[in-house]
Amino acid sequence: MKVKMWGVRGSIPSPGPHTVRYGGNTTCIEVRSDDDSLIILDAGTGIFPLAQSLLPRLPVTANIFITHTHWDHIQGLPFFIPIFIPGNTLRIHGAYDLVTMQGIEHVMSVQLQFSYFPIREAELKARVEYETLTVGTPMAIGDANVTPVLMNHPVPDLGYRVDCNGKSLFFTGDHEPWRNIYAPEDPEYAEYQAMVEQRQAELDATIGPVDLLIVDTAYTEAEYAQKIGWGHGTFDTAVAMARRIGAKRLLFTHHEPTRSDDALEAIFAEVRARYPDIDCELMLAREGMEIVL
Amino acid sequence: MPHLSLELERKLTTAVERMPAFPKSVQSVLELTRNINCLPKDLVGVIEKDPVMTMKILRVINSAYYGLPNKINSVGQSVVYLGINTIKNLALSFAAVGILPRFNTTGFDIQRYLLHSLTVAAVARMLCEKYARGEADPMDCYIAGLLHDFGKVVFAQFLSVEFMKSLAAAIDFEKPLYLAEQEIIGADHAYVGALLAKKWQFAEPLVECIRDHHHEDAAPSAMLDCLRMADMVCRMQDFGEAGNPWRDGELARMPARFGGDIAEVIARLGDLQKIVADAQSFAQIGTER
Repeated sequence: MKVKMWGVRGSIPSPGPHTVRYGGNTTCIEVRSDDDSLIILDAGTGIFPLAQSLLPRLPVTANIFITHTHWDHIQGLPFFIPIFIPGNTLRIHGAYDLVTMQGIEHVMSVQLQFSYFPIREAELKARVEYETLTVGTPMAIGDANVTPVLMNHPVPDLGYRVDCNGKSLFFTGDHEPWRNIYAPEDPEYAEYQAMVEQRQAELDATIGPVDLLIVDTAYTEAEYAQKIGWGHGTFDTAVAMARRIGAKRLLFTHHEPTRSDDALEAIFAEVRARYPDIDCELMLAREGMEIVL
Repeated sequence: MPHLSLELERKLTTAVERMPAFPKSVQSVLELTRNINCLPKDLVGVIEKDPVMTMKILRVINSAYYGLPNKINSVGQSVVYLGINTIKNLALSFAAVGILPRFNTTGFDIQRYLLHSLTVAAVARMLCEKYARGEADPMDCYIAGLLHDFGKVVFAQFLSVEFMKSLAAAIDFEKPLYLAEQEIIGADHAYVGALLAKKWQFAEPLVECIRDHHHEDAAPSAMLDCLRMADMVCRMQDFGEAGNPWRDGELARMPARFGGDIAEVIARLGDLQKIVADAQSFAQIGTER
């Protein structure tokens, strides 16, 4: 299985001289199974350069798995060029949204409205199929299996575990570890804490040990104090998760949009120094980075 | 055997989606959410006092798409699984439906119904802690108390003529309301509440509690015991009212775990005035009883 990072930035594309080394595109990860089936985790702006790379090899069947429908994870979808070319197939998978009571099929119909995009959904030339996923039920894609896992974000949000011939990865999508909404002196605190711990244990057991863990690490611990409830994790919560589930490699991604390359590297060096004995390879996601599992 | 036509079952199930919530929770949800930094616990505190909002939240979260390992039985648990922002937006969508009028055409007083549901919920939780620790979850007992009479609001909203006749028959012929409902509607509020809860894939013990709270020969459980006892305690002391006034003969049906002396149970619960006052405030009822 091969993994290539096409977008590693969170929230909003962040081009410019300070993000040249790590990249400014928002979340998009290409996964190739051993039989070369194409799995795309999220359709942030990174999917546009990915699409360019596919053009010499058309027709293509692209299996896109959307973690959630916030802009930075879907913005590139209308610019995924194969959708305008006959013969290609696009299968878009994602969560059921219980607030709008719609499945993932609403994602492009919302994006392709007249006011926001010049081409109507009916005018797309590729075959576009939608699959609203049931959490915990694996989807077979070629010789790989993709299993959706419910995460914690301000909208229904799925992480994905991809398994292929004994190798595995897990991508959290955006994820903030659960917190107790009560103060320790509140009578409800203990009961809620037990629920949080149970939920955490369930998640860890569901993810299980993986060869590669790709985690939303938008913030440092110091920054997080001002961002509680925004739905993102920190470098330290990612390390804790990697340790709990037994990940062999941990890839930090969803970089904060105002973070310069220098700042990112400084934080990464500091995190590595703080966990000298960790039994897991720590890596910083960079556009164009390829990992073979 | 209860008898509801399939058409009526379908009508009641879909009607509940359009059912407005209680005035205080609608007002509070709108007020709280004006502040982007509103505390999650404040929002949970409001939603879990409203049987309509709670019912709707549990309905959506237990839908098959989320494939949760266990059924979700409380608003707090829903927040753990879906996050406060999703719950907040769900609550806002429920608030947008409007508010239940205090009196509808049946004369059924939904504020006193709410007072009854809230006090039964709170007392059921306390009873669980004092008499059934380890056998049932106090929060599950709270939810069972909050939702046990949900079928009545459904009747009041959507089968108003038949429900009005049932309420009158219960008074005129001095019979329990659920028996009058069975005769006039074809099924009682417990059956209809459980029907909805089952359809929406609520946890089986909760479905059973709602279904069996009037059935003397139902299989006993700690949760059902706490619910029935709480219902007795609250009705005997006239904490709210849901069309089924207290009858002295009911004492004979006290679940065995509570001993035989209801006065002793009430004494062990301690001062319930704070529970009643909180519930009155939420139900927007003055001090009248």
